[in-house]
Amino acid sequence: MSAPETSITTAFQPSPQFFPLGDAAVVVQFGESISLATHLAIQSLNDYLGQQPFAGLRECVPAFTTLTVYYDPWLVSEQGHYLPYERVCAVLQQRLLSAPPAPIVIYHTVEIPVCYGGDLGPDLAAVAQYTGLMPAEVIARHSAPEYLVYMLGFAPGFPYLGRLDARLATPRRAEPRTLVPAGAVGIAGAQTGIYSLPTPGGWQLIGRTPLRLFDPAANPPTLLRAGQHLRFVPISETEFHCLSHEP
Amino acid sequence: MSLSVVRPGLLTTVQDLGRLGYQHLGVVLSGALDAVALRVANLLVGNPQNAAGLEITLLGPIIRFETDSLIALTGADLSPTLDGQPAPLHRPVAVWAGTVLAFGAARAGCRAYLAVAGGLAVPQVLGSRATYLRAGLGGWHGRALRAGDELPVGTFSPVAQQLWQLLAPASWSAPWVAARWLASPALCPTPHAQPVIRAVRGPEYEQFTEASQRAFWHEPFVITPAADRMGYRLQGPALTRDTAPELLSSAVTFGTMQVPPGGQPIVLLADAQTTGGYPRLAQVITADFGALAQAAPGQALRFQEVSLAEAQALYLAQERRLQELRQAIEWKLDSLSASV
Repeated sequence: MSAPETSITTAFQPSPQFFPLGDAAVVVQFGESISLATHLAIQSLNDYLGQQPFAGLRECVPAFTTLTVYYDPWLVSEQGHYLPYERVCAVLQQRLLSAPPAPIVIYHTVEIPVCYGGDLGPDLAAVAQYTGLMPAEVIARHSAPEYLVYMLGFAPGFPYLGRLDARLATPRRAEPRTLVPAGAVGIAGAQTGIYSLPTPGGWQLIGRTPLRLFDPAANPPTLLRAGQHLRFVPISETEFHCLSHEP
Repeated sequence: MSLSVVRPGLLTTVQDLGRLGYQHLGVVLSGALDAVALRVANLLVGNPQNAAGLEITLLGPIIRFETDSLIALTGADLSPTLDGQPAPLHRPVAVWAGTVLAFGAARAGCRAYLAVAGGLAVPQVLGSRATYLRAGLGGWHGRALRAGDELPVGTFSPVAQQLWQLLAPASWSAPWVAARWLASPALCPTPHAQPVIRAVRGPEYEQFTEASQRAFWHEPFVITPAADRMGYRLQGPALTRDTAPELLSSAVTFGTMQVPPGGQPIVLLADAQTTGGYPRLAQVITADFGALAQAAPGQALRFQEVSLAEAQALYLAQERRLQELRQAIEWKLDSLSASV
């Protein structure tokens, strides 16, 4: 699956645009819509800056079509000798030219065990009813594809995933829940995702994973990162409780 | 070395300069909302600028210093007292063990900072001691302080030791002694009741109607009670876009002014989520984060447009002033030790 997709990177890409996000960040915009080619170009620059940071680079935040580069204007300007924004843009232009065409870091596919339905996936029936599918078919279609993690955001470790089976698209709940547990796997419109922290939320919850998506004591603290692929693997409720960290 | 919390106050948290380097994983920055105030307080007690101190919100705590301490208070004037006597802001103060710090009415601003020589020695989580309340991360057990908490304090730096020797005579007649000098007012501005916050245009500025753009720069926006360390919801003229293309989530940060569909803007602060999908109308300049953080619900903000070049010049000027403060303290100590 990944081999034919990777070749897309050789296709024509318009040169990225730069614009400031305030006085200490520059946004590098690689395109206008979500695509694998755009994602790979972002990952490539992100990896390259990670391996060859410039003086004053604070951190980079990849998103669907952008890489936001946070910098320290004081260090970038060499304590006021240069204009910080112009200097960062010049450095990034040069890095873009020398960055390899594909991401440097290749990740293994992460398997996410999910117990679908029942108390752990209370909205499975609602999704089945809305889509006109049997619950077992919802599970089969949800756990079939490899999902690409385009970016993390919203909450620590929360992945924005690509490629939900179009047949599974279901609107959010009319009444959001006041508390969704960490590990809940949900559908909202054409998106699917995993809650990484207990928060209020309106997604249709079809299952739950016993894995912790965010663990501040771990290194790295998140299970996932942008550029990874993941697959949902159906498990039984017994398996869920065996794998669960809860008592 | 420690200090203990007799009363916690409204919202008192351990903060440093934030959790840098994890935003790509969705981990928010956190850290002091008025970072310059914390940096100044740290410099005044000989700490590294990113040492952990206390961020104190509106109703201050009662704190007892369990060991002899060198402290500095900056940011809001919340009528601090040491053993009942008014305590000065913006200067190093040597306090004996047992001295009690308390606060009264909020005279100006809403966030005060307490730095203690040696820094608050709470464990680092992901490279930072900052408290992120929503995830229960960092700080003192991931939460705001409570009565009975006893926080460990680190050891004095060489600069702190020199400052201590300078301030503390062999025998004291008072429970505390303040330095006769203080940080420059340019680094410690008195928070204004009607602050003007400078900002540059945000990435989606051009999508807003001309009327909305004009209203944003010319009308006051009141901070609503929906205000916390994540951001302030503001109330003012509704801000609308000419075109409303679907936006894909992208980075947002401290100072980002985003406008949800209702048209009432939200200005994000240190606990902002790392990415967002609302249009970004403007971005508050770093040099004005302190003024923004010192404004409380009910206060009106006005926004003034500046160019990116101006914003960066103001950023650099602020860094230069912090550098000068650090040098001034070192020179002061050098000249005093030379004259002994």
